[in-house]
Amino acid sequence: MTLIKCNNVTLGYSSNVIVKDFSLTLSSGDYLCILGENGSGKSTLLKGLLGLKSPLKGNISFVGLKQNEIGYLPQRINIQKDFPASVYEIVLSGCLGCLGVLSFYGKQQKKIALENMELLGIRNLQNKSFRELSGGQQQRVLLARALCATKKILILDEPCAGLDPIVAKNLYKIIKKINTDKNIAIIMVSHDIGSAISDSNMIIHMQEDKPMFFKTPQEYCESLIGKRFLGGI
Amino acid sequence: MFDIIDNILQYPFITRALIVGVFVSFCAALLGVSLVLKRYSMIGDGLSHVGFSALSIAVAMNWAPIIISIPVIILTAILLLHFSEKNKISGDAAIALISTSSLALGIIAVSITSGINVDVFNYMFGSILAISQSDLILSIVISTIVLILFIISYNKIFAITFDENFALAIGINVKFYKMLLAILTGIMIVVGMKIMGALLMSSLIIFPTLSSTRVCKQFKSVAINSAIISIMSFIIGLIFSYFCSTPTGATVVVVDLLIFIIYSLIGVFKQKV
Repeated sequence: MTLIKCNNVTLGYSSNVIVKDFSLTLSSGDYLCILGENGSGKSTLLKGLLGLKSPLKGNISFVGLKQNEIGYLPQRINIQKDFPASVYEIVLSGCLGCLGVLSFYGKQQKKIALENMELLGIRNLQNKSFRELSGGQQQRVLLARALCATKKILILDEPCAGLDPIVAKNLYKIIKKINTDKNIAIIMVSHDIGSAISDSNMIIHMQEDKPMFFKTPQEYCESLIGKRFLGGI
Repeated sequence: MFDIIDNILQYPFITRALIVGVFVSFCAALLGVSLVLKRYSMIGDGLSHVGFSALSIAVAMNWAPIIISIPVIILTAILLLHFSEKNKISGDAAIALISTSSLALGIIAVSITSGINVDVFNYMFGSILAISQSDLILSIVISTIVLILFIISYNKIFAITFDENFALAIGINVKFYKMLLAILTGIMIVVGMKIMGALLMSSLIIFPTLSSTRVCKQFKSVAINSAIISIMSFIIGLIFSYFCSTPTGATVVVVDLLIFIIYSLIGVFKQKV
């Protein structure tokens, strides 16, 4: 089933075009990785796909997907590190999207929150304060919150930035499991080219204002830009 | 203790001040939780300066102070929020700009017409003598509205305060709730200004949350604790000011400061254990 359709989209800020003439169709079960250098516009593209930033030209349309069916994991840098909130409070807030004006959590939401904490192995931390957790634990809390919000698609902005390789590997494993078990589409901005190639089924490489789209990871490995990026490791 | 309270409550103006103060400090503390954690404390401070200028201009022109200042402060709240979002002139500088210039306009308006009279002085530093029956009703009505709105949107306020981008992504109308918060804060400030004074009012918003975050680990406990601290420090401040003949607003702020110091010490102690 198609979820997101982009037609000749141009994204950017009034004078500064960041992504030009970009087309993409994303279906359920897809795993899309967005690679590229710093400042190449990965986060801007992500904002466009999230529906937070309207394109300068072209259109991004949600097909069979509503705004409140998207789970989003923002960069951890943007979250306050000294915020007083318990793990449970944060995970539960992921369920807000499907509530109305009277936003009180019911049994259903609490169950979803507990299930997702279980899935990510943070059930024992539920009464801990967010600011006392390690980076890896914080990231799992935020992923659990994103899972509470998602029904069809999960959008991740550098989920493993600043994590050690073992924790990162675990997190990738969980993400891949969510992708295959629950048939949830994944869009991930990443700098980890190894996991991108092994887990994803399509890759976008951002450079200057022209994103390059690859239908398969193999195609990416064989391309000039892919070779350069792989060689750089 | 009860003797003291009984003694104080003989005077109807103190009873009025007590009721208004308790309601205002309760709501200000609730609104403050989000403002402080979102790093918008200065908006509260800026709004109270603007509120002062609106009130003094209204007094100078012989207009009804509250009716003039509430719309002015709502407009300013929207403006300040807009400035903090667009970082064209950085947010805090913009707030300082607005609050000092509005203070200047207020002072000029006052000195041209009536001079610094008792009314203006009271709005600056607060006075419990100035609380009228209509202030009492207004503060109860507005506090009730704030409380109901806060409870209804509590979970959304939490989500927006913690992580605005995520809230946007899951389809919460972030702009609306931020606006609501700013407007309610503005109204709260106008209502509380008579008792606390324009220059001291923002302490009711900032102190309780700041104290609570030293010790509390959950958002909910921060909110509840702030409300309790705020009400307690107002009552203690009022009693002290009665016996020591000190200005009420200033005394309440000093009590708030003491509580902050105590909480900070507890926080440091807890961390070491």
